[in-house]
Amino acid sequence: MQLESMYQEIILDHYRHPHGRGLREPFEAEVHHVNPTCGDEVTLRVHLEGDTIADVSYEGMGCSISQASVSAMYDLVIGKTVPQALETSEHFMTLMQAKGDPSVAEKLEDELEDAVAFAGVSKYPARIKCALMSWMALKDASARALSAPHPTTPAEGQS
Amino acid sequence: MTVTVSRPDTGARTSLPLDIEAIRADFPILSRTVRDGKRLVYLDSGATSQKPRQVLDAERWFYENINAAPHRGAHQLAEEATGAYEAARATIGAFVGAPEREIVFTRNTTEGINLVAYALSNAATAKEPEFRKYAVGQGDEIVVTEMEHHANLLPWQQLCERTGATLRWLGLTDGGRLDLSDLDTVINERTKLVALTQQSNLLGTINPIAPIAERAHAVGALVLVDGAQSVPHSPIDVTELGADFLVFSGHKMLGPTGVGVLWGRYDVLDALPPFLTGGSMIEVVRMEGSTFAAPPQRFEAGVPMTAQVIGLAAAVEYLQALGMDNVEAHEKALTGYALEKLAEIPGVTVIGPPDTVARGGAISFTVDGIHPHDVGQVLDDLGIAVRVGHHCAWPVVRRYGVPATTRATFYVHTGYDDIDALADGVRAAQKFFGVS
Repeated sequence: MQLESMYQEIILDHYRHPHGRGLREPFEAEVHHVNPTCGDEVTLRVHLEGDTIADVSYEGMGCSISQASVSAMYDLVIGKTVPQALETSEHFMTLMQAKGDPSVAEKLEDELEDAVAFAGVSKYPARIKCALMSWMALKDASARALSAPHPTTPAEGQS
Repeated sequence: MTVTVSRPDTGARTSLPLDIEAIRADFPILSRTVRDGKRLVYLDSGATSQKPRQVLDAERWFYENINAAPHRGAHQLAEEATGAYEAARATIGAFVGAPEREIVFTRNTTEGINLVAYALSNAATAKEPEFRKYAVGQGDEIVVTEMEHHANLLPWQQLCERTGATLRWLGLTDGGRLDLSDLDTVINERTKLVALTQQSNLLGTINPIAPIAERAHAVGALVLVDGAQSVPHSPIDVTELGADFLVFSGHKMLGPTGVGVLWGRYDVLDALPPFLTGGSMIEVVRMEGSTFAAPPQRFEAGVPMTAQVIGLAAAVEYLQALGMDNVEAHEKALTGYALEKLAEIPGVTVIGPPDTVARGGAISFTVDGIHPHDVGQVLDDLGIAVRVGHHCAWPVVRRYGVPATTRATFYVHTGYDDIDALADGVRAAQKFFGVS
């Protein structure tokens, strides 16, 4: 079975026991992203302190890859500045374009921590978008949060 | 949501009407392996069917021998290409009981439906009075069902947005059938057209066209039937269907991609303005304005997909040789067997009718605790090709409260061994994700 190369134990752990799941306050921006080919969804909030990401909270439904990806992302970006988080996002994008090349994963191990386990996903073109959905939502929400003047209440949250 | 029940009348491994070993030998792709040497178990014919050698040979024959643009030119190749193209139209028309002048070639089902939808809004602004008969505008209503593929929903939503007409729809029962309890109010004197699928691509449900068409015609509405999932799998005769339009795709019935069919009653086609305009579809062209050819040419602008049409005629001949009654009976036996095998697996829920009554070979299901994408991935790893997601019928999965499903669809080369592989694969997915 080649399945284990994609469904690394770390990924299944994140899927079964997601980190940081649930929508929390305060937050400066909320976004809702969908994957139109499969109907998977994520609602994601970002809370900044200055330009540091103090919290990312989320709810969503989707496959193990999309759900594990958002959980691993949560671990990676809390405490980083928005530019640092976007850099990490670029690294993750690079990993997703690696077509399973182990040397790419090796180089990015320090930057991506648990998320380097998604290297196997890059061998399956149909699943890459599952892994990327939460990162796209984070990018979108961070940009909105930076331009938002004050923390908003859920009723005012953008989507 | 519908829970499958074990039906003693459906699960037996009766001998299949089709000789699948002989049929499989006709499909070159079925001899390849996938994912490290595994036999390809292709259960995704509902998305697109595989092609027998006879279809591939027909396309190659066209290009190697008579390739030319039909209906243009006076040279021998043009004559032969025109002859072959029109002979294919007759063959394909006869397959659904239609004369050739009622057969319009399109790119696929989606384009056929868009053709009708745009003709109805073009009718409202046509300068020719004879093209205004079926014009759709403010105050008019278009009726669809909640079961439709996006291809038979979005063109009507868009038609309504262009014209100010209102879109209405027939809902679904918990058992995966059309809810016809409010048929007489949903279809009323304001209704201009009723568009519905003959077989749901997601639920497998086969819809009763006759009573719906009867109601539609009683109020003067046109009826369009989406036959993308029915024409490939059962004998269809437009003289018995009761519809005004029937639309289907070549690539789902062993034919090439890039060719579809719109059948329309001639008097209706003749009263419609064109959708796409350009070469081939004209009568007289002047700088000040032009007139159009009679159907079907009026709706076939540009050099057509000639090789694909000839390939589709070969597919039709292949299906006719098998016999569409046999194809239908074959798939019915497989469907009954598959419903029973899936019902034996704890945690598996079929979305759609639980037995083979008025039901075709498209089986959607969920597996408790495993997202359909993950089910599909495990099946793929075992060489089994299924479709996962919302199957371009998002309102249907929403209606049944699931985000997506795994779908297996059958065709002439499918056998009990494929279904056993599917059932074993679902169990393997449960084991892999630790939910069994």
